[in-house]
Amino acid sequence: MQTRKLMAGVLVAGLLAAACGSGDEDAGGGGGGDGDAVTLVVESWRADDKAVWEDTIVPAFEESHEGIELEFQPTAPTEYNAALENRLDGGEAGDIIACRPFDISLELFEAGHLEAVDDLEGMDAFDDVARSGWVTDDGATTYCVPMASVIHGFYYNKDVFDELGLEPPTTTEDLHTVLDAIAADGAATPIAQGTVDQWDIAEVDYTGIGPNYWKGEEGRQALIDGSAQFTDPEYVAPFEELATWGQYMPDGYEALSYDDAKVLFTNGDGAIFPGGSWEITGFERDAGFELGVFAPPLPTDGDPCYISDHVDIGMGMNADTEHADEARTFLEWVASEEFAQLYSNELPGFFSLREGAVEVDNALADDFVSWRDDCESTIRLPAQKLNRGDPAMWDELYAVSSEVVNGTLTPADAAQRLQEGLDSWYTPSE
Amino acid sequence: MVHTDVHVVRRRARRVGARAAVHAVLIGYSLLAVGPALLVVANSFKERQAIFDSPFSLPTPSTWDTSGYETVFDEASFPTYFRNSLMVTLLSVLGVIVVSAMAAHALSEFDFRGRGLLRIYLLAGIMVPIRLATVGLVELFGSLEMINTLWALILVYIAMGIPLGIFILSQFFAQVPTELKQAARVDGAGEWRVFAVTLPLVRPGLGAVAVFTMLPVFNDLWFPLVLAPGESTRTMTLGAQQFLGQFETNWNAMLAALSLAIVPVLVLYVLFSRQFLRGLTEGAIK
Amino acid sequence: MRLAPAFAASSPRRRRLRSPGARALLFCAPALVIYSTFMVWPLLQSLRFALLDDAGDWVGLDNFDKLFGDPLWSERFWRALRQNMQFFLFHCLVQNPVGLTLAALLTVQRLRGANVYRTLIFVPTTLSVVIVGFAWRLILSPLWGIVHTPLLGRTSTALPTLSLISVWQWIGIPMIFFYATLISIPKELIDASRVDGASAWRTFWRVSFPLVLPMFGVITIVTYIANMNAFDLVFTVQGVQAGPAYSTDLLGTLFYRSAYGSVQGGGDRAMGATVASATFAVILVGLLLFFLVWRRRVRTYQL
Repeated sequence: MQTRKLMAGVLVAGLLAAACGSGDEDAGGGGGGDGDAVTLVVESWRADDKAVWEDTIVPAFEESHEGIELEFQPTAPTEYNAALENRLDGGEAGDIIACRPFDISLELFEAGHLEAVDDLEGMDAFDDVARSGWVTDDGATTYCVPMASVIHGFYYNKDVFDELGLEPPTTTEDLHTVLDAIAADGAATPIAQGTVDQWDIAEVDYTGIGPNYWKGEEGRQALIDGSAQFTDPEYVAPFEELATWGQYMPDGYEALSYDDAKVLFTNGDGAIFPGGSWEITGFERDAGFELGVFAPPLPTDGDPCYISDHVDIGMGMNADTEHADEARTFLEWVASEEFAQLYSNELPGFFSLREGAVEVDNALADDFVSWRDDCESTIRLPAQKLNRGDPAMWDELYAVSSEVVNGTLTPADAAQRLQEGLDSWYTPSE
Repeated sequence: MVHTDVHVVRRRARRVGARAAVHAVLIGYSLLAVGPALLVVANSFKERQAIFDSPFSLPTPSTWDTSGYETVFDEASFPTYFRNSLMVTLLSVLGVIVVSAMAAHALSEFDFRGRGLLRIYLLAGIMVPIRLATVGLVELFGSLEMINTLWALILVYIAMGIPLGIFILSQFFAQVPTELKQAARVDGAGEWRVFAVTLPLVRPGLGAVAVFTMLPVFNDLWFPLVLAPGESTRTMTLGAQQFLGQFETNWNAMLAALSLAIVPVLVLYVLFSRQFLRGLTEGAIK
Repeated sequence: MRLAPAFAASSPRRRRLRSPGARALLFCAPALVIYSTFMVWPLLQSLRFALLDDAGDWVGLDNFDKLFGDPLWSERFWRALRQNMQFFLFHCLVQNPVGLTLAALLTVQRLRGANVYRTLIFVPTTLSVVIVGFAWRLILSPLWGIVHTPLLGRTSTALPTLSLISVWQWIGIPMIFFYATLISIPKELIDASRVDGASAWRTFWRVSFPLVLPMFGVITIVTYIANMNAFDLVFTVQGVQAGPAYSTDLLGTLFYRSAYGSVQGGGDRAMGATVASATFAVILVGLLLFFLVWRRRVRTYQL
């Protein structure tokens, strides 16, 4: 009995000591450096890139910058925004913050969480388009260093296509011919996608094929300045197209997630994967067949084409960081050509926003980028200004897009709902 | 004679049949209960392709693969998460037991004005889900600069466990024979000594409280997510959930992480369950 | 228990002893302090936040006006409440009978391996929601699982499915409580009934069941409170958007989304606190109904 009590006492004492110890470690955000080295904690949603950061990017930086160490600490993409805001409010966020484009980061800047970065060395290599995702409405202040943009398209299994003698489609009619042929053959599912995660249908599908209908920037600005409504035909038409895709998706697609779809595609069981250029690395690693990509199909042959070329990721500085100088040094490195080269090549599919060509040695990335020559670029439809109220456009788009594909909402009703939601709080501006 | 024998045989057969049916149902449900967890564990030892080709088969020598576990131990700070979960759980359970036992002892031992009111105040917490207080808690810990500390979690969990702890232990303390306590007092024992003497007698209750506290604390996702999401304070449950997001495509690592998360609670439960069951059957129901 | 003061007076060392009230307070102090500081106070604070706006200025009941009056919020709240109720009803309708049945089976005389069954059936309750969510998502996946209908993807089946998964996870607790109640029924009552010629089945219905009935009430109200608080499972399986088309949105997920924003961020602390306060009210109403209706009507037997 005595020994047991003694052991229990020791156990408790040990636990208490350990608990107190860990408490100290957590003070502040990322200042865990010992001795000379300062450690900067980098927040990001690109958890998939963790290996690349740890193996290549971080060593490259640390080698040329003695005394500063980096720790890449990603959060799951679906939770990043909420978790980051929580951490920033609680004063526990990292020193360097990966910035989502447009409204989301603008909110953070206006809340005082991000520092302006206009005065950093190397910022003049970024033009207005590059900065557009991380600049105040008046264009005066930039608060994140633009890092990369991503392009939306369609990956396809070349082996399946070759076997059936199919060519990548250019128009929606072609697309349906191809889809029907694959469906008839039965060996693979035509479209590898599910609707349960919602964001892929909204961001990749709707805002991916949509620009061809609403003429890219023209259509996007029209919604913003109020000269167009969601209920206009050019915004409803993409929904009508999407409503026909359900039949080409795997059985039970209503419960399939984005990850399920990726596995289906890389396994060779799905022929076409609507996706963004960010998947290049993963697909090349996992797919056992030849990969190809084709641009979003045109409604009518001969139409001018538009691509969703979305400034996607930037790097900013936590206004409350204890290592402002080191953070600035890091951001200046991010703005440099050296980083642009490194990043674009290590993570093909993330296209550097720096002015001046960056050599990328990857066939698929080249394909994506080549579309910029023939097509006009535009950013994702709801990204700017339309999320600042309740209901936020993104949330609504997520919900209605998947319902349209599921067949539980008609395209007309979907558009109606989007416009009503917008009308409830939005006042058109320039 | 023959007639009676047939009846006896028939009745016995019916009894055996009934028993077999009972076993069948229980076995069936037990399989349903442990199946999903077994599925996760079994697949964590298979290579990626085999997981998708035949998710419901056991690993064979040709499909055996521990790469998931290697990834988990290499890349993720699972030892840290594990240590955090263990510390938070054990300290919370300890805290609840000590603090509730003291209060339960007092409420059943001393008669004083306001005892009823105090009891209602403390027990009301059983009906109030502490999550509703989240906004206030974030505010409180924020001002105390305790966000992202394990102590924030521990204090919240102790507070959460007190009402039920007092409720369960009160039943047990009420059953301790007063003669025992009087005898101790006559011998000159101080209040603490009296308390120490009664403690062993309520051991089943302590076991019950331990289990009821430990389960929701170890497996809690909400408070770690909201109060302590930082890397160094992450608990195992939160770590596993974050891990899922990070390694969306690394199924081996995901399954390995989840399998690892199963073990600690199961072990703790098996350790405490006997006391727990005694606690329930002997006292809590009254 | 008026003995303590008498003894205090009689032993010389105890003359400066405090009154029983003070001693009780001493023993209760740690519990009181922790409980009040980290549960009661924050709860009151949370309720107070519902009376302020996001910037911290007093707005009285405006937020509640918004919650119930504004068409957007009203729709969200009532949908979440309605769905939460459906979740709860389904939960109880499956959990109580199944839990009781399992418990009853476990009490069969001299059942071999009863301990093993009991432990195994309790295993799901020890699992974290991450594992539960993942395992069931796998089993129910139209691609890799055994069920090919997309149960988690259709608005008609998603919520009931989650309800069943939740029952699967938590049924160990009601089962244990029913079990404990059943085995505390005095053997004489059972034997008397059997001697009178009643079958095991009849004995159960006539003798055991009425004695277990009060436990139904306790289990139900505890399930009610737990369900009104449910968040983890939906969050893990369906994500913060509680799809498809918000059909799995519960008060808990609405609370989280209101306070912390959804995928694209944007939380509103004031509205979050308002949703929490409304949830609190819903729970209180349930409790009142329980105490006024059930407890009055159902007699509890001293076993």
